[in-house]
Amino acid sequence: MTDAAELLDLTRKLLAAHPPATTDRADFLKARFDAGLAWVHFPEGLGGLGAPRSLQAVVDAELTAAGAPDNDPRRIGIGLGMAAPTILKYGSQEVKERFLRPLWTGEEVWCQLFSEPGAGSDLAALGTRAVRDEDSGEWIVDGQKVWTSSAHVARWAILIARTDPDLPKHRGITYFVCDMTDPGVEVRPLRQITGEAEFNEVFLTGVRIPDAHRLGEVGEGWKVAQTTLNNERVAIGGMRLPREGGMIGPIARTWRERPDLRTHDLHQRLLTLWVEAEVSRLAGERLRQQLVVGQPGPEGSAMKLAFARLNQEISGLEVELRAEEGLLYDDWTMRRPELVDFTGRDAGYRYLRSKGNSIEGGTTEVLLNIVAERVLGLPAEPRNDKDVAWKDLAR
Amino acid sequence: MTDLLYSETEDDLRAAVRSLVAARGDTAALAARAEAGSPYDPRLWNSLAAEMGAAGLLVPEKLGGQGASHREAAVVLEELGRGVVAAPYLTSSVVATQALLSLDTETEAVAELLAELAEGRRTAVVAVPLSAAPDGPLPDGAGRITGVADAATADVLLVLRADGLYAVEAAQAVVEPLTPFDLTRPLAAVTAGEGGTRLADGAAGAAAVRRGLLAGAGLLASEQLGLAEWCLEETVRHTGERHQFNRPVGSFQALKHRMAQLWLEVVSARAAARAAADALATVSPEAALSVAVAQAYCSRVAVHAAEECVQLHGGIGMTWEHPAHLYLKRAKADEIALGTPGRHKEALATLVDLPAP
Repeated sequence: MTDAAELLDLTRKLLAAHPPATTDRADFLKARFDAGLAWVHFPEGLGGLGAPRSLQAVVDAELTAAGAPDNDPRRIGIGLGMAAPTILKYGSQEVKERFLRPLWTGEEVWCQLFSEPGAGSDLAALGTRAVRDEDSGEWIVDGQKVWTSSAHVARWAILIARTDPDLPKHRGITYFVCDMTDPGVEVRPLRQITGEAEFNEVFLTGVRIPDAHRLGEVGEGWKVAQTTLNNERVAIGGMRLPREGGMIGPIARTWRERPDLRTHDLHQRLLTLWVEAEVSRLAGERLRQQLVVGQPGPEGSAMKLAFARLNQEISGLEVELRAEEGLLYDDWTMRRPELVDFTGRDAGYRYLRSKGNSIEGGTTEVLLNIVAERVLGLPAEPRNDKDVAWKDLAR
Repeated sequence: MTDLLYSETEDDLRAAVRSLVAARGDTAALAARAEAGSPYDPRLWNSLAAEMGAAGLLVPEKLGGQGASHREAAVVLEELGRGVVAAPYLTSSVVATQALLSLDTETEAVAELLAELAEGRRTAVVAVPLSAAPDGPLPDGAGRITGVADAATADVLLVLRADGLYAVEAAQAVVEPLTPFDLTRPLAAVTAGEGGTRLADGAAGAAAVRRGLLAGAGLLASEQLGLAEWCLEETVRHTGERHQFNRPVGSFQALKHRMAQLWLEVVSARAAARAAADALATVSPEAALSVAVAQAYCSRVAVHAAEECVQLHGGIGMTWEHPAHLYLKRAKADEIALGTPGRHKEALATLVDLPAP
């Protein structure tokens, strides 16, 4: 097994062979991947060394101290957090070798073709079809996806589609890697509440996918998607923040700098939210400490729930605190950002954008059901869609 | 870095205290004893404090204790909260003990009393109202002090007068039992008169009392955590079994979401309570901040959990025979004990520079 000292040694060798000051960013990232220091818990040859996940921190600290470029995980979050663990678990060796390196270096950006206009929280109700072409063995995909972040810059997508409408909805789904440059893929910006178009609608018309780009067995796509979705929640909840590192930071600074805005009512509410933000930060830190010692708890989905509510309440309070200024908005220009920029925009933007925090990545209501049933073990609600063929369900 | 996890030693201690409480912590008997005015079970206290050595966790070995820390004492309090156990642990083994530890422990009277408390042979309470906040006003011990928790069973009262902190034998003071809202934590009015052994001068005595109250407030968060955990677990169990409309009531989304929300609060409360215990144990410069955060948060969570427990149990939750009422009364009293959430938020406003208008 690779230990911390060995990883440190390898990291220093990488830095010596590719000094960050004189090495091209992309070249450095490729060399880091090839040295197995990209994600040390991945297998050898795929950017890792089969080491314990917790030892990544040793590598990262050394590289940060040396001023090495990072791969900007925010920009390639869907690839890193969702596509990669799914490909690792379900891809063939060829698929892993083809996709993981450019995914990790950021040369190829990924998006997620899951949600549809008629299948959001009830994701397994999706209707995008994938039909096997008997002659070529390829899959031909037709349908529409929505809420697709990064689709306008993505090279590849993870896609779930219905391959058997005669089976109950969870059993007729198959999971694919979709080429976003296929002529049948059309990406249209979906302008949102903030004025910008961070998401897209994606229209799929006769898109051809080779069978080699199928992840998991035909009809097993729902199971494969669970890997993706579980990793999504861990990715959303597992961030490490300093005190006042989240949305509470800007409002606390405003409070300190602007005594003219202070009222007793706002003070009480601010202190309450400050306490809740600090406690959520501590709970996130506790989750991280559990992961480091190899005892992951179910708190990951809890953190996402907490941050969603807090972001909304804090940003709402800040708009109110700013009073007359809260009546103004920084810019309604339709833009297509590659990143969500919470801190670079004003309070009104944060208020509007945070409304999505309780919808994206699983709505608060769906996550509360998951916590109640899977963590607390409460009985499931009766369902009337489990044993009915998808084609016979009400839509 | 703040250690927010539990060590193996702490897990072992938890298991021991939990099995003791399970063996002796019958809530029906507790309710009956409480109604009779003496909620304590002396055998449970003897097992916990003396045999198990829990009373001396905060006390160094050379002073007759276990040489552990606030982290371990917090685990004991979690379990006592979980079982809504009536015992003078918070008042004697934490607040009074911490106050004494903050004095000159070379002084014979201090060392002697500490050793007795650590061995669980005697109990002591600081003669201040249960509601006193660590940075709030302290009463003048020359007069009558109301709302002193556990005074009726304490052997020694630590009385702060203008000229010093005194240890007064309870037998020499007038102790009038009051009817407490929380049946499991008896309150009394104390008039200590003039006698007693002087342990420190006024300034050192007041500082020691405040230090005791700070440790008490910080570890009370762990009692509140344990209480909330029991309320949630018992409510989940009940609603999973109880059928209405031909379904377990726990399968209704309206109830599920409330319990999931409570779980989220309990998870957060655990992090806050652990942070406070760790800050106290390591004598962190952030101890006051961590305690204020834990109290501002955990008080509310315990009350919310107990209120949800009563509501989601339906009619049975309103009865004297079900223990939910003991938890609700303890939670609501704990919310006021050692500073209300609002009082702790005021302290925070200063500590984190978010001043009032």
